[in-house]
Amino acid sequence: MISLLRTMWLTFLHMFRKRETIQYPEEKVVLHPRWRGRIVLTRDPDMGERCVGCYLCAAACPVDCISLQATEDENGRRYPEFFRINFSRCIFCGYCEEACPTYAIQLIPDFEMGEYDRQNLVYEKEDLLINSEGKYPGYNYYKVAGLAAGVKGKGEGENEEPPVDVRSLLP
Amino acid sequence: MNEVFRYLLMIVVMLFTLTTIAAWLIWLERRMLALWQDRYGPNRAGPFGLLIVAADTIKLFFKEDWIPPFAEKTIFVIAPAIVAAAVLLSFVVVPFAPGILVADLNIGLLFFLAMSSLGVYSIVLGGWASNNKYSLLGALRGASQMISYEVFMGLSLMGVVMLSGSFRLTDIVMAQKDHWFVVTQPVGFILFLIAGIAETHRLPFDIPEAESELVAGFHSEYSGMKFGMFFIGEYLGITLVSAMVVTIFFGGWLGPFLPPLVWFALKTFVFIVLFILLRASLPRPRYDQLMEYGWKIILPVALLNLLITGAFALLKG
Amino acid sequence: MDIAFYITAAVTVIATILVITRHNPVHALLYLNVSLLSHAMLFYLLGAPFAALLEIIIYAGAIMVLFIFVIMLLNLGKETEEQERKWLKMKVWIGPSLLAAILFAEFLVLVLWSESAAFGPKTVNPREVALSLFGVYMIGVELAAMLLMAAVVGAAHIGRHKRLVLHRFLKEEKEEHEEAVI
Repeated sequence: MISLLRTMWLTFLHMFRKRETIQYPEEKVVLHPRWRGRIVLTRDPDMGERCVGCYLCAAACPVDCISLQATEDENGRRYPEFFRINFSRCIFCGYCEEACPTYAIQLIPDFEMGEYDRQNLVYEKEDLLINSEGKYPGYNYYKVAGLAAGVKGKGEGENEEPPVDVRSLLP
Repeated sequence: MNEVFRYLLMIVVMLFTLTTIAAWLIWLERRMLALWQDRYGPNRAGPFGLLIVAADTIKLFFKEDWIPPFAEKTIFVIAPAIVAAAVLLSFVVVPFAPGILVADLNIGLLFFLAMSSLGVYSIVLGGWASNNKYSLLGALRGASQMISYEVFMGLSLMGVVMLSGSFRLTDIVMAQKDHWFVVTQPVGFILFLIAGIAETHRLPFDIPEAESELVAGFHSEYSGMKFGMFFIGEYLGITLVSAMVVTIFFGGWLGPFLPPLVWFALKTFVFIVLFILLRASLPRPRYDQLMEYGWKIILPVALLNLLITGAFALLKG
Repeated sequence: MDIAFYITAAVTVIATILVITRHNPVHALLYLNVSLLSHAMLFYLLGAPFAALLEIIIYAGAIMVLFIFVIMLLNLGKETEEQERKWLKMKVWIGPSLLAAILFAEFLVLVLWSESAAFGPKTVNPREVALSLFGVYMIGVELAAMLLMAAVVGAAHIGRHKRLVLHRFLKEEKEEHEEAVI
């Protein structure tokens, strides 16, 4: 009986506490930089697409919401011909981001993507691609890769030695 | 003719006021619960969210009023009307202020008990007619709970009847001129409050509904305005029990300075808020615990209270 | 006031007839309820408000709820309705109702052609009821109280159940606990 009264009194005292509610549309929620929200495709510092169409994100996706088709340009640089994410399936787990070898696909702190029509939740490449480097500024995959794909010549990358002439006998 | 017109006017005004109060109580309850849980509650529609009631009503009216094909149609439709009718009928005898009451029956207290006992039917019939096992379980619990607690409700009030010597509610109020009956009948007050909570099947004694076990208990299958009737009936029940507590134990309209009606409304408001506080703080007891508590603790205490009051009344008079 | 009495009386009779003729038990009980409520109304009109409200509280509010309670648990469906329909045949009810009609006719004759006290509603207060209960009918009340007490004790005894331990682990635990208590 005493404990019941004590419970009631303690509940009553909550009247004078600060309220925890965030008045959402007027007052925005503070999201942390690594918050997993909307998925974007980022660009490298030269504003080229980072995505190389390796399909690792599509393979890692547990709900199979990513579909893409890789293709090559005249320099041999791979890029996705189309890149489609069905956000009505996406569970925002972030596995695609972890799988991506080129930091192309990233989840950013934004959740305001409600739609009245479900079809509008299927995002195409032009919706996904942003003019930003995302969380990894200054990173350019083709600068560190050995492949020459119009960004730099062979052996001109960072930490890269000039190519060896395999036909000569000198070490 | 004038007299008849006055009665009709009184009835219409009271009906309107009570349903409006019951509707605003939904808003009040949600706001108060939010306050005690460090939230805001409904605050979007209108100033302080007051228009949430209008929005709710519109929603209920436009919802599909669905009768399940496996239900017993006639009884299914009648059941929600019974609860609202029974509670509204009880308000007939509540003296809000001198002159502001519909009927000053010389057996007003018994009339209140009778009408509250008829309220059981809405639960029992609603639960049975739904033809759903959860509804049926809710109905069974509701029936046994309300029948048992009605006994204690009546017994807890008999002490007051002994002291005031009348079943007429205005006499009971007038008998509290010197001191409220809560002073002389504290045990009766506590028992009546507990029985009243059980009778209106409010939390913590809401085992006929028990969302966590029985979906929504006896009104699982109800939708639209039929559900709205159950809802309004529940809030009218809260108002009724608060008003009765005030009338019987807290001197009704009596009080200094302010006009009688204001005193009555203030006191009733305090008890309504107490009801909401109970909901906010206490967990629901198990079904058998509730029954055991009723028959093994409250019944003997009520009888003892009656006995002691009788002895005192005999000594004095 | 007379008109009110006759209307209520008619409602009572119709409701009671409907109680007998309904096939669905719950519908029949509901009509019985209406019948009880109109009985209460009759009591009120005849000047016994206390008895009227007790009728509602005890019969309509408690006993009928228990009836419905039991019928709800029996889970009577379409089949029982069919059965009821079969049972309610002319040859079943014609005999009893003829005999009842004879009694009713006798009753009518007695009521209409005999010198009876004038029908004057004199209101009986709860106070008078109490005084007569605890004065004139003291022994009856005491006997009823004893009977009820016996019923309550019997019900409590029947309702008491030993705790049944179904699982062996729990049983051992319980025995240990009992030993510890001893």
